[in-house]
Amino acid sequence: MNKDLKKINVILATDCGSTTTKAILIENISGEYRLTFRGEAPTTVEAPFEDVTRGVINSIIELEELSGRKILDKETFINTCTEDTNGIDLYISTSSAGGGLQMMVAGVVKNMTGESAQRAALGAGSIVMDIIASNDKRKYHEKVQRIRELRPDMLLLSGGVDGGTVSHVVELAEIIKTANPKPRLGSNYKLPVIYAGNKDATKKITDRLSEITDLEIVENIRPTLENENLQPSRDKIHNLFMEHVMAQAPGYEKLTNWTDAPIMPTPGAVGEIIKKIADTENISVVGVDIGGATTDVFSVFKGKFNRTVSANFGMSYSICNVLSEAGIDNVSRWLAQDINNEDLTNRIANKMIRPTTIPQTLDELKIEQAIAREALRLSFEQHKKFAVSLKGIQQERTISDTFEQKSSGESLVNLNELDLIVGSGGVISHAPRREQAFRMLVDSFLPEDITQIAVDSIFMMPQLGVLSSIHEAAAVEVFNKDCLVRLGTCIAPTGNYNNIDTVLDYEIKLPNESIKGQLKYGEIKIIKCPYKLFQCKLSIHNNLNINEKSEFNSEVYGGEIGIMLDGRGRPFTLDVKTENREQFIENWSKSTNEYPS
Amino acid sequence: MSKSYTPGLKIVDKTEVSKDRLLPLSGKVHVDKDEQVNSDCIVASTEIPGNVQMVNVANQLNIDPDQTSSCMLVSVGGNIKKGDIIAKSKGLFGFFQSEIKSPLDGKIENISDVTGQAIISEPPFPIEIDAYISGKVSKIFDKEGVEIKAKGTFIQGIIGVGGEKKGILKIIEVNDVGINEDCKDSIIVLESYLSYESYKKANEIGAKGIVCGGIDYMTLSKILGYPLGVAITGMEEVTTVVVTEGFGNLKMADKTLNLLKKYNNKFCSINGATQIRAGVLRPEIIISSNDNININDSFNEDDLVISIGSQVRVIRNPHFGKIGTVSALPPDLVKINTETLSRVAKIKFEDGEYEIIPRANLEVILSD
Repeated sequence: MNKDLKKINVILATDCGSTTTKAILIENISGEYRLTFRGEAPTTVEAPFEDVTRGVINSIIELEELSGRKILDKETFINTCTEDTNGIDLYISTSSAGGGLQMMVAGVVKNMTGESAQRAALGAGSIVMDIIASNDKRKYHEKVQRIRELRPDMLLLSGGVDGGTVSHVVELAEIIKTANPKPRLGSNYKLPVIYAGNKDATKKITDRLSEITDLEIVENIRPTLENENLQPSRDKIHNLFMEHVMAQAPGYEKLTNWTDAPIMPTPGAVGEIIKKIADTENISVVGVDIGGATTDVFSVFKGKFNRTVSANFGMSYSICNVLSEAGIDNVSRWLAQDINNEDLTNRIANKMIRPTTIPQTLDELKIEQAIAREALRLSFEQHKKFAVSLKGIQQERTISDTFEQKSSGESLVNLNELDLIVGSGGVISHAPRREQAFRMLVDSFLPEDITQIAVDSIFMMPQLGVLSSIHEAAAVEVFNKDCLVRLGTCIAPTGNYNNIDTVLDYEIKLPNESIKGQLKYGEIKIIKCPYKLFQCKLSIHNNLNINEKSEFNSEVYGGEIGIMLDGRGRPFTLDVKTENREQFIENWSKSTNEYPS
Repeated sequence: MSKSYTPGLKIVDKTEVSKDRLLPLSGKVHVDKDEQVNSDCIVASTEIPGNVQMVNVANQLNIDPDQTSSCMLVSVGGNIKKGDIIAKSKGLFGFFQSEIKSPLDGKIENISDVTGQAIISEPPFPIEIDAYISGKVSKIFDKEGVEIKAKGTFIQGIIGVGGEKKGILKIIEVNDVGINEDCKDSIIVLESYLSYESYKKANEIGAKGIVCGGIDYMTLSKILGYPLGVAITGMEEVTTVVVTEGFGNLKMADKTLNLLKKYNNKFCSINGATQIRAGVLRPEIIISSNDNININDSFNEDDLVISIGSQVRVIRNPHFGKIGTVSALPPDLVKINTETLSRVAKIKFEDGEYEIIPRANLEVILSD
C-alpha cells in the first residue's frame, strides 16, 4: 500500500463472515481515531447472488444511511476525502465467507511434525480438515481416498528434521501425487502445495510434485526437534490464500480490486489483535471468536501463541453439531424454563437452516445463549488439548524434577496463570446486556483464581486486526477506546467444595465505601465498580484457595459490570439432574442482572 | 435505502431449470448438443481410479531401495493380474533370486527408489451420470459432462436428506392411512408433518421419496441413525426426504402445496441434497413439462428486497410460518423483547393483525 498514513482520516473496514458482512467506519476526530458507525447485511456468497460484493455494498449502504457520509457513487468508492462529509481514504477487508481457507496438512509423525504443520496452518487462519501422517495407522489407499474426497484449498507438507528422514516425507509426497488432488473452487488452476520439511528431501519432493501441483518450498517447519519455525509457512499460506483461493471465491476478484491492502482471513486478523494485547500488557490471554460456522480460540501463555479452530462449533451453520457433541442435557442444564427436548431441538435445528434469523423472544435468546456456553466450552476443551508444549523433546531432568510428573506435550493453558479472557463474535458482542456476555464467558471457560473478562464491543476485532498491519496507531487507538470493553474481574477460589457452606469473606474498598460480606457456596455476587484498580481483601475458608493461598490482599480491576465473586466451585459441576437446578439458574441470573425480570 | 433481504425459497410454476450433470473425473460424454433426453438417459460416464495398495519391494527382495526400479519386471502404467511376477532380485550369479507376485489385479501406479515401494492400483470403478430431468442438452462440457435445460415447475425445500430420486408424485390426504401399496416407487407428498411411523411405512412400501412440511429434529436423527450435525446432506442411503418449511409440526405453505396438488400423478425428480454453507444448496422438486410453456420467473435483485408492500413470511418464533405484507419499515433501530436493538418491519398479517418483526426474521415470498 502506498498511501501516506498521515493523510488517512476516514477508514472503511469490512469483515465478510459466513453469515453476515459487517462494515465499520473509523474517523480521525480532533486528532484521535474513533469508531463512528457500523452497518451489517447478509453475506452474499451464495445463490442467487453468488457475489460477495453485494453484501459488502449493502452493509456500506447501511453505514451511509446511519452516518450521512456518502461512500459509494453507484458501485465506485469515493476514494478521496474532498469534503468533510463524503468519501473514504482507506478501505480494508477480512473474510471467512465461503467456508474460509480449508487445508490439509501432512507430517511424518502425527504428534510432532504433523502437529507443527497444523499449528502453522491454524495460525495463518485456516481450517485444518485432516492431518495425514506416516504413523496415523491408515492404509495407503485410505489416505489417497481421503485427500481426493476432501478437496482442500491448499496442502502443507512437512516432515523430518533437517538431516533426518527422507524416505517418509517422500512417501507422503507420493501419496499426494497418487491422489492428484483437485482444488475445491475452480478447476483452472493447480492445487497449491507448500513443502516445509527436511531440506535434504527438497529435490525429491520437487521431482514428484512440481508438475501436478503448484509447489512452493519454504524453510523447514521443524528444523530440529527442539525448535518450531512456523512463520515462513504461515506467510506463504497467506500469500497463496490471496493468489489462489480468494481469487476463486464468488466476487472476490472484484473485492480484491477495491481494497487498499490484501484481504486477510478473519481468524488471522483476530489472532494479530490477541497477540498484541498479550505483548503490550505482558499478560496471559485467552481470546475467543464465536462465529456462525466455526469458533476460534486463541491463547498466549508464557509468550507462546496458539490458535485452534473448532470447525464445526458455531451458532448457526454448525449449531446442531454443538447440540449433538454437547448432548441435549448439557444445553438444557443452563435453562430454567420448562421446555421439552423435542421443542428445544427443533428450535435449535431451525437456526441451522435459517442462519441469519435472530431471537425475538426472551426464551429464544436464553436457548441461544445456553448453546453458546456449550460451543465455547467444547471449543476451549479442544484448544487445551492442542495448545501443548512441543512433543518429542528429550528433557533434562534434575533430582528435584523426579516427583514432578511433567512431560513434553503438556497443555500450555493453565487457568491459574490466565490474566484475561477476551470474547468476540455475534452472540457475545451483540448480547443485549453485557452481563450476559460476562456470564457466558465465565460459565464456559470457568476461570480460576483472579481473571479479567473483556469483550469486543461490537464485533470489530477482525477489522482492527487487518488495520493493525497497515496503520497500527489507528488500530490501537480504536481498539483501546472503542473496541475492548473491560467487563470486570471474576474471582473464583479453587479446591474441594464438598460439604462446605462459606467460600470466603470479602472486603472491597471503593472510593466512598467499603463493601464487606460473605460468599456462600453456590452463590454469585457482583460488586459494581468501574474499570479501575480496587483494594480487595479476601479470607478464603475451608481449605479453598486463590493462587494457592487462603488470604488475598491486593488490587483487582473493576469494569463495566464490576467484580464477580463466583462461589459455584472449581471444578464446577452442574447437570440437568442437579437438585434445585432451576432455582440456582434463576438466582445466578438475578444476582448478575442477566435478563429483564 | 439499505437493502434488507433474506431471499425465500424458489417456488415457481413455469420456469426454466438447468442442471449441470458433471463427472467427478474426466470421462466420456454420450449425448450431443440439442439432443432431447429423458431423465434416465446416461449422459456421461467415466472410471474412478481404484484403491491403491503398496508392495514393499525392497524389503521383500532384500535389496536397497535405490535398486527397486531395476528389479521391477513391469513398468509404471503396466497392467498386471493377481499372481503375476512383478519384481525379481538379481541374485548371486543368477541364483538365489527372490521374486514378488502381484497380490491383486490392477496396474502399477508408481515405483519409488526412495521408499523402495511399488504402488498398485485396483481396477477402476465405472461411474455413470444420468440426465436426472427430462429436457434438452444445452451445453457440452468436453469430457466432463453436460448441461440439461428443461421447462417446468421448480420447488425448493428448506432441508432434505438422501440423493436424487425419480417417480410419480402422489398427494397423501391423511398421513398414515394414505400411505399404501400404491405409493411404491412414487414420491409422496404429506401436507404437514412427517412422523417416524409414516417414514417407516413409506420406506417399507418402497416409496422413492417423501415431501413434507415439517419434521422433528429427533425424527430425522432416528431416520439417519445419528444426529444431523452440519446441514451437508445428500449422500445418505435413506428414502429421500424433502422438507419444505422446517423443523417441528409445520404445515406446508399453501403456495407449495397447491402447486404440488396441481401436478398430482405427474412424473418428477427430487433431490434431498442440502448444503447450507459455502455455495448454498437446497433440496428440490422438479416437474419437467413437454408443453411449450411461457416462462414467467424473471426476478431481479429488487424483487428480493424487503420493501413496503412485499409479501413476506416469518421464519422464526413466535410467529413462525405466518404470512403478511410489509406495511412500514422504520428506519431507526427498535428495541425488541430481548432488548436487542434491531432493524424491524411492521407486518400486516392475513388475519388483519399487525406485528413488529425483526427484518432478519422475514423472507420475501416471490410470486410468479
